[in-house]
Amino acid sequence: MRPFAYERVSTARSAVAAAGEGTDAMYLGGGTNLVDLMRLGVVAPGTLVDVTRIAGGVEETPGGGLLIGAEVRNGDLAAHPLVRSRYPMLAEAVLSGASGQIRNMATVGGNLLQRTRCSYFQDVTKPCNKRDPGSGCPARAGDHRNLAIFGHSESCVATHPSDMAVALAALDAVVHVEGADGPRSVPMPGLHRLPGDRPDRDTVLGPGDLVTAVEVPPLPFAARSRYRKVRDRASFSFAVVSVAAALEVSGGVVRDCRIALGAVAHVPWRAEAAEAALRGAPATEERFGLAADAELARARPLPLNRFKVPLVRNVMIRVLADLVEVR
Amino acid sequence: MTISWDNPGTGGGREARVKGEANTNGDGAAPGPVTVDLRLSVNGRRHPITVDTRETLLDTLRERMDLTGTKKGCDHGQCGACTVLVGGRRVKSCLTLTVTVDDRDITTVEGLSADGVPHPLQAAFIENDALQCGYCTPGQLCSAVGMLAEVADGWPSAVTPGLDGEVDLSKLADEEIRERMSGNLCRCGAYPGIVAAIGQVAR
Repeated sequence: MRPFAYERVSTARSAVAAAGEGTDAMYLGGGTNLVDLMRLGVVAPGTLVDVTRIAGGVEETPGGGLLIGAEVRNGDLAAHPLVRSRYPMLAEAVLSGASGQIRNMATVGGNLLQRTRCSYFQDVTKPCNKRDPGSGCPARAGDHRNLAIFGHSESCVATHPSDMAVALAALDAVVHVEGADGPRSVPMPGLHRLPGDRPDRDTVLGPGDLVTAVEVPPLPFAARSRYRKVRDRASFSFAVVSVAAALEVSGGVVRDCRIALGAVAHVPWRAEAAEAALRGAPATEERFGLAADAELARARPLPLNRFKVPLVRNVMIRVLADLVEVR
Repeated sequence: MTISWDNPGTGGGREARVKGEANTNGDGAAPGPVTVDLRLSVNGRRHPITVDTRETLLDTLRERMDLTGTKKGCDHGQCGACTVLVGGRRVKSCLTLTVTVDDRDITTVEGLSADGVPHPLQAAFIENDALQCGYCTPGQLCSAVGMLAEVADGWPSAVTPGLDGEVDLSKLADEEIRERMSGNLCRCGAYPGIVAAIGQVAR
């Protein structure tokens, strides 16, 4: 592992300053992904700026939303009473991810910016356009069973691994960023980007940009929401497919909805076509299936992950039906 | 090797910083190791130590402090053998850089017993035959201590019915124990004994 300088900071501005002065600097949150990638030789920062001591918590915003500090640990986030009561899909998504130990370490900011678990990306002996631009993508002809069915490119078929980000994409979260030019905000969806011909860029953030907080806007009907995750074993495993959904139904008709899918794209995938098909439609399993079909019309599965198409359909129908039944 | 603590209130947020800078040899070769002088609090004792910034807490405990109870399994955060408590919360020491925890209280399996009396979980593991080879056991024990503290704090799990409901330590179901302990693998398959031992202490 390349030797690296280490600096611990207590404010976002000082973090950005330290990163600007450091050689090949990266921000360190819980380290659950970054430290592993450094050991694997996938990334080799010359400076680590430890941002875990920057003060931040979970605060209410005017109107009933939440402002979540980027350094809040995943375990604390999922246990927070207001997260559990206002946005159960967010608590469920975080609780479905990783293990108790990892959740105690991982931060909200680091969770958003974690890298794909595509096996070729993590293996420096293999080509990978995300790790080494222009070297090629063995996944397209190789093991892509758990990779993307939406929005992939010739360059990259990787998926974003976060569960939490799927819920945040469904909830129209806004990411607060501190950069060299000061603070700005980036909406979700919109933080993560599709691979195109630059799969080395996971997000729209630039060098030195620091995620400082995530703001979840008020959404009263999200008090009835779900995150359902399908995986290869019952616990401590990345998603094969996941669905985050909130549904507002009155008089048997869907008045509004939010749906996002996980483990199907380079980004947490907001199911806009499904949402459009559902708004104003009867809240029936038949219509839930038609909404899933509307979304899946955009899918371009690869030979080994065609199973994800019916799996997304089935899980989406089940989640939406469960939301109607709990009313 | 440097460690600097700037005067409080003068650094614009960098007032309380630990800083390790590269040791340069001046001939343009690849930079050498970066080391930092720390005082590490482990099992209630403060230990002065100089660490490479690349060093994990797992290696510091085992290789530098002779605390070999904490085990190296996968070294990638997947098996849980290296679990220790940092600030009372369970974490993976193989993914924790030592330089990041100099201001935290660290507890390893060696710190669970008091005055030679085994921790109740240690006694329950023996009573319930919760191990075969024992390699994963220190991690299982530290994880279980941290997990029961999370339950006592009312933290839900992925299998807790109704996120608004109360989390009750005295009614901790086997299903809850299995889910909450999924970060600790046991290749001997002693899981039934482990679940029974933890359940006995919880309930």
